[in-house]
Order: sequence, then C-alpha cells, then structure tokens
Amino acid sequence: MINGLIDLEKLKKISIEELKHIASLAKLEISKDEEEIFLEHLDQILSYFRKIDEVNTEGIPPTYHVIDIVNVFRKDEVNPSSPDELIKNAPQTKGRYIKTARIA
Amino acid sequence: MISLELIELPGWKILEKIKNQEIKVEDYIAKLIERIKKVEEKVHAYVTLIDNALEIARNIDKKIERNEKIGKLCGLGLAVKDNICVKGIKTTCSSRMLENFIAPYDATVIKRIKDEDAIIIGKTNMDEFAMGSSTEFSYFGPTYNPWNLEMVPGGSSGGSAAAVASSEATLALGSDTGGSIRCPASFCSVVGLKPTYGLVSRFGLIAYANSLEQIGPITKDVRDCALLLSSIAGYDPMDSTSIKKDYEDYTKYLIDDVKGLKIGVPIELFGEGVQEIVKKTVWNSVLELEKLGASYEEISLKYLQYALPAYYIVAMSEASSNLARFDGVRYGYNAFNESYDWSIAFSKSRTQGFGFEVKKRILLGTYALSAGYFNQYYLKAQKIRTLIRKDFQEAFKRFDVLIAPTMPILPFKIGEKIKDPLQLYMCDMDTVPANLAGIPAISIPCGFHNGLPIGMQIMSNSFREDLIFRVAFTFEQNVFIRSFNP
Repeated sequence: MINGLIDLEKLKKISIEELKHIASLAKLEISKDEEEIFLEHLDQILSYFRKIDEVNTEGIPPTYHVIDIVNVFRKDEVNPSSPDELIKNAPQTKGRYIKTARIA
Repeated sequence: MISLELIELPGWKILEKIKNQEIKVEDYIAKLIERIKKVEEKVHAYVTLIDNALEIARNIDKKIERNEKIGKLCGLGLAVKDNICVKGIKTTCSSRMLENFIAPYDATVIKRIKDEDAIIIGKTNMDEFAMGSSTEFSYFGPTYNPWNLEMVPGGSSGGSAAAVASSEATLALGSDTGGSIRCPASFCSVVGLKPTYGLVSRFGLIAYANSLEQIGPITKDVRDCALLLSSIAGYDPMDSTSIKKDYEDYTKYLIDDVKGLKIGVPIELFGEGVQEIVKKTVWNSVLELEKLGASYEEISLKYLQYALPAYYIVAMSEASSNLARFDGVRYGYNAFNESYDWSIAFSKSRTQGFGFEVKKRILLGTYALSAGYFNQYYLKAQKIRTLIRKDFQEAFKRFDVLIAPTMPILPFKIGEKIKDPLQLYMCDMDTVPANLAGIPAISIPCGFHNGLPIGMQIMSNSFREDLIFRVAFTFEQNVFIRSFNP
C-alpha cells in the first residue's frame, strides 16, 4: 500500500477462466502445469501496462502507422510464381493438393 | 597497435584489397569459413551455413578477371538474420514452428545485396520470431557474447551482431522492432542502424509487428553501415509501406565535422534503471562531441516514460494477429493426427510449435485486442504513440540529433533475467521510442567497462540518416574506434 491507498484496478488479476478464454481465441492450449506461470507473468505484465492509465489521452488521435500512406495499389498483373515450390513446405500433401484436418 | 587479420577488417578495406586484386574473393571467404569452424562452437551465431559460398566467391573472382561490372558489395561475406527469406534456404525464425521451412523466394533486401555481389555466409540465430532482447529465446539454444562467453549478446538479432563481432561475417542484416538491431550491436560493440520506417523494404521479412519494424545493417564500422544501407534502401512495390524516394549513396554523408550541429540529450533516457557507468560513458561521449564543435542541451520529452508499456502493447497486439497465420497447414509445424478436427489440429500445432515467450506475447496481444479491453490497452497505447511522435517532432525543431544510451545496462549473464517477466522488457526502455515514432537510430560503440561493451544511440528525424552518419562518423574518427577484437 502506497500512501494508504489501494488501487483496485492495479490489483485486478486475470482469472483462470479468462486465461482459458483468450487461449482458445488464440488457438493455444495451456496445460495444467503451465497455468500458474502464465497467470503470474500475464498479471505482472498487465499491471505494468496499466502505467499508461496515468496519461490523459482525451481528444488525441491514435497513430496506427507512422507514415501517411493510404491505399497503395499496384496493377493486377500476373507475375511468375512457383506453386510447386510453395506446396513443398506443406507438411501434409496429396498430389498437388494440401491436406488439412477435417472441418467437423 | 595490434595488426588485424584480413577477416577482422571492416568491409570497405577488404573491398579495396579485392578491387586492387591484392586478394582473391575465394581466399577471403575461405578464411571466413575457417574462422567459423574455429569459433562457432563457442559463439553459436549461426543456425544455418550456406554451402555454396565458395562457389559464388569463385564466380565473382572470374567476373573480376574478365573486367565485368561488379556490384558495390563485391564479394563481401554477409550474415542474414533467420527471419529474412533467402530462396531455397531454411528460414526458421529460430522456432520449432518453422524448423523445416524453406523460403520459396528472396526477400527484396536479399535480391538487392545479391545484385551488389555480396556473398551470403549463413542465417543467424535470434530470439524466436524476434521476440526478446538476449537471443536466449531461440529454439536452437542461445548465442554467446564474443567478448565474454558467459554473457548474452543482446537480441533479438544476437546471432548477426555476434557474427560480425567475432569476424564470422564481415557484414550482417538484422531486423529491429523495438531495438533488436541496436541492442545486440551495443552488447557486441559493433555498429547497428534501424533506418527510418519505410526506407527499407520489409517484403520477405517474417512479420512480428509490422508498424514498428525495419530491416537494417549490422557492421564493424560506420562506413560499412552507410555502404550496406545504400545497397538495401529504396522503394519496393512489394511493400505497401515502402516510401518512394530517389536512390541515395549514404557514404557521401560520412563527413568528419560536427561544427554547428545541435545535440539534444533526453533526460528520460538517462533515468531510473540506467547504470551509472553507462550514463557516465555516454555523457562523456556527448562532451567529446562538444569539444569537436557541436553544442548540446538537456531536454525533457515527458511522454517517453510511457514508451515502453505502449510499445509492448502495440507489438504484442500486432504479433497476435501476425502469428495467427501459423496453423501448420500450408507450412510450419504440424501436429498431425487423423482423429483431430481442424480446431484441435490448429491448437496442437501452435501449442507444440511455439515457445513460451511467443505464446505469452500472443496471449497478451489477444487480451489487449479483445472486446472490453481494446480501448483500455491497444487504442490508448496508439494515442500515447501520437504524443511520443509529437515530443520528437518538437525536439527535432530545435536539435539535429538526440543522443542517449542504447542499452541502460552492460551485457548481463545468460540466464540472469530470463525468469523475471519484466526485467528483460525493461532493457528496451531506450530503444523502443524510435520504433514508435518511426525515426532512424544507430548504435555505435563508445566504450568498455570491465571488458564489456557500451553503446551510444544517435537518433534523428525521419529520413535524416545523413545527420546520424555525420555524427557517428565524426565520433568514430576522433573519439572512439575499437582497434581490438574479441
């Protein structure tokens, strides 16, 4: 406790349910033994992230990109490419097709 | 003065010898390979070595004999970070996910350096998907600092910097998302430049955080840096964020004179967490530049204290989106089992293919972008980015360059910081502002303490690499030049 105040927002911890939810969104599995370490790291990092709460950003536009280029187009022309080369990197193939898991 | 071996010389000196036909490219490349055989076991800079380097060297020798036109990098041995695609060669990002991935095309920078007749020696080790500041997060094991093998070389382009420092390559390419070129350059006492965002094509660079990263040179001195930048910079229609700009020969900015230049010293970058010896060494360097005719003033850029959390929020958010493409279907690690449906197959492949740090950053990025938290983290961080850019814009109205430490601390021991989730991130406090603002920044050697290197960072306004080269070159000519090797 600093200055006798408890900052509730900074103490807020991420729950196991939340961790599992974001992991499922990111298509990652978290094993039972990893839960604790992920929670610990995520909590510490997120509470550090909340340092940005100190800044008043009202009326400030976001910078998604540092250069002001919008909609860059090039001609829709066919260029040489090598599909066989590309397919070589696929772990599962059948002839010239890429094999993937079934869509259940 | 200790006389240096041929391969320990900077590239431009080797070029002179090649052009005067004092040495053959083949003999020089053979010596590089010999060096690799001798020290690689200790340094572990490379993930893959290229087996036809000597053959290419012989072809360049033939071109020289026949008086044919030869490129600007005529025969120089170059190491490439393993997140930059070289056609027909494994490009792993030091990840199990891409352990067997063979790049089907050349990145634009690779095309360009091949056109200039550089010879690719190998692909260098890095933190997995460039996520780290120590090269400890590599699936293939860490790289060791050539100055002290117990220490980290910095990261994430640690293999590239270590290769140049130990003369296992003459030049190297790295990528810099939050300091990944400058950090290892500082820790290995070599020169590393993150160019202005948009100056160098990112086509063929495996993306971590698109809006922040640039490919750039890692070299033995400032002249080599300007030479390599001149070869890789320029507009590329394959990268939609590439800037249309005329060709520039950056070596013409190697001017030994800083008279009248104004240096700003941002106090926030010398703040809490910066070791006294680092502060002192960088400050002395500023004073030396003053003696040479530049003037300096301390300035406060108050939003820089928020650069680190804002950077990590943006970088992790972009990473979670970029790394969504790795599903083990078209390329990459695949945890195949007939009984899996697509969702389980994707999850298993990603869970087994990515390392802990990568998963952590994907999770945090997913969290920061998810409903309910988007405004609080991602949007807010992007607004702070605007404020940091404004801080820099104001500063560059008054100053030509800004000088700060590259790294707040000396190289640390392998394993020392890997367990604490925040300590390692804190090392990036002085490098991330340049990425958020898109401005160029170089790290050059400025001293040693107990045998460990210290680097100085010089930043300038966007597309003012000329000023960076002028200050860096003057410093190198008059104040500090490393005349010894590890």
